Amino acid sequence: MGNILIFAEHQDGRLKRSAFELASKAGDLAGKTGGTVEAVLVGSGVEGLAQELAPFGVKKVYVLESLQLQKYNTLGTVKVMSDLVGQVKPDILLGAASPVGRDFFPRLAARLNTGLASDSTDLTIDSDGKLKATHPVYSGKALVDVKIPNSLPQMALVRPNSFGTKSPQAGATAEVVKITADPGDLKSEMKELVKGATDKVDLTEAEIIVSGGRAMKASENFKILQDFAEVVGATVGASRAAVDSGYAPHDMQVGQTGKVVNPKLYFAVGISGAIQHLAGMRTSKVVVAINKDPEAPIFTKADYGIVGDLFQIIPLMTQEFKKGMGE
Amino acid sequence: MKIAIIIKQVPDTETKIRTKGDGSGIETDGIKYVVSPYDEFAIEEALKTKEKNPGSEVTVISLGPTRVVEAIRTALAMGADKAIHIDDEGSAPDSYVTAKALAKVIADNAFELVFAGKQGIDQDNGQVPQAVAEFLGWPQVMILEKIEIAGNKAVAHRRVSGGSTEIYEVVLPAIFGCEKGLNTPRYASLPGIMKAKTKPVTTLKLGELKGDASPKLVMSNFRLPPEKAPGKMIQGEPEQIVRELFRLLREEAKVI
Repeated sequence: MGNILIFAEHQDGRLKRSAFELASKAGDLAGKTGGTVEAVLVGSGVEGLAQELAPFGVKKVYVLESLQLQKYNTLGTVKVMSDLVGQVKPDILLGAASPVGRDFFPRLAARLNTGLASDSTDLTIDSDGKLKATHPVYSGKALVDVKIPNSLPQMALVRPNSFGTKSPQAGATAEVVKITADPGDLKSEMKELVKGATDKVDLTEAEIIVSGGRAMKASENFKILQDFAEVVGATVGASRAAVDSGYAPHDMQVGQTGKVVNPKLYFAVGISGAIQHLAGMRTSKVVVAINKDPEAPIFTKADYGIVGDLFQIIPLMTQEFKKGMGE
Repeated sequence: MKIAIIIKQVPDTETKIRTKGDGSGIETDGIKYVVSPYDEFAIEEALKTKEKNPGSEVTVISLGPTRVVEAIRTALAMGADKAIHIDDEGSAPDSYVTAKALAKVIADNAFELVFAGKQGIDQDNGQVPQAVAEFLGWPQVMILEKIEIAGNKAVAHRRVSGGSTEIYEVVLPAIFGCEKGLNTPRYASLPGIMKAKTKPVTTLKLGELKGDASPKLVMSNFRLPPEKAPGKMIQGEPEQIVRELFRLLREEAKVI
């Protein structure tokens, strides 16, 4: 046995990248537990997404259909998920450490009287057959192994972009089990969803990030970062110094008291590299630092460093990268 | 209205973390402790709510060793009326056990509205408010960026992906996990600090509150993340540098 169930998130009628990432990782883990990978979709009219998971190794997809859960609701999602877990009894239950996963997984764990490893950056099966999650603590200044030894399912949330996806298996199909789900008493109702001004991927899920620091000098100057971000398909972030100086809103802040990010490429522009900023972007795969001060601590964390004036370098990068990306 | 705030005492964000040789935790000597930054927004929101609802009372609750009374005094100095310290008796409980004890205290005291930070910035689990809400059977709104309370209803704004906002209508009692930007936490005034010294702090024992709850998580092998190898400094004229950077990102790092 040892089945693994993944909560596959979707938005605006499409599966999120994290769903494929979780399916891919769950496949590796299932190779060790000897179980199979199953997925669950919650919502209304989402059945059509189920087969998209099959090429990534998902054998069975439970579609929990509920008109009331067309819009996300914490208690409703906890109820239908806990009912499903009671029926299918997975050994391991995985979700993405997204605003949705972070909202209801802790509550679901409490309802099921089991444990949850939050915001994991790696998952393995330990020698005793139990799930072992790597969880960054103190905003990534340290790491810890987390296990759930005595209760099931073993639950974990995974930080987006931690694993990447496997190449899809063409022609694979999954069994689809449609269930009319009862979300129970919701106790709260989403009245409105106000879409952000940007259609950019959120910082916590972005694959490329361009962040500006205090050296940006003014909020207008973030325009040059936006222009560059446009060329490489990045989301723009900021350091706490930039946010506290009023150059950028707080939801753009990367760091210990802002967002913890995990992109494959991170540009730190005019950011000195305070410990609390480094904590928020430490797991970036490749870091490029651009700073006037050759002694800036950010250079010790960078894969590629450029000492220079960002107001000269960034517009040049926009030009050159635009040419290069076209080739 | 009976309002409660759940706060946690954590190492200051500037702390350089060192782990113990046996991986059982972090070295705690020399650490400066503060109120977890997100909890400051919870304190401020509770105080603002009290100001708008005369006759309300704000109680701050914190679980941990004796040192957390310092964090409690900070909240009292900002304006909370009284406090409950849950002595963890050296057990450093996980989120599950912590939430069981907090839910018991909240139910016993018939609080109607609870504010907490969205997560403690030490273990970064972000699980306690949701689990407390579950054990109480209350609704929750996490990542709270704005709230208006009228009668027994709250309209709560929750920040989600891509700068979007979900707006909820919630019937109290409820619990809210506060995000940066919700408000600007006040500083404690000197008279506030003086008064805080005489405000009542009740100490309860974790063992008497948690019932038969047992921890669900085992944490081991605390360690520092691997250090990055030194990077490459790209030199030359600006145009050359930029072209070289593009080449390296495409051909060496293969990320664009």
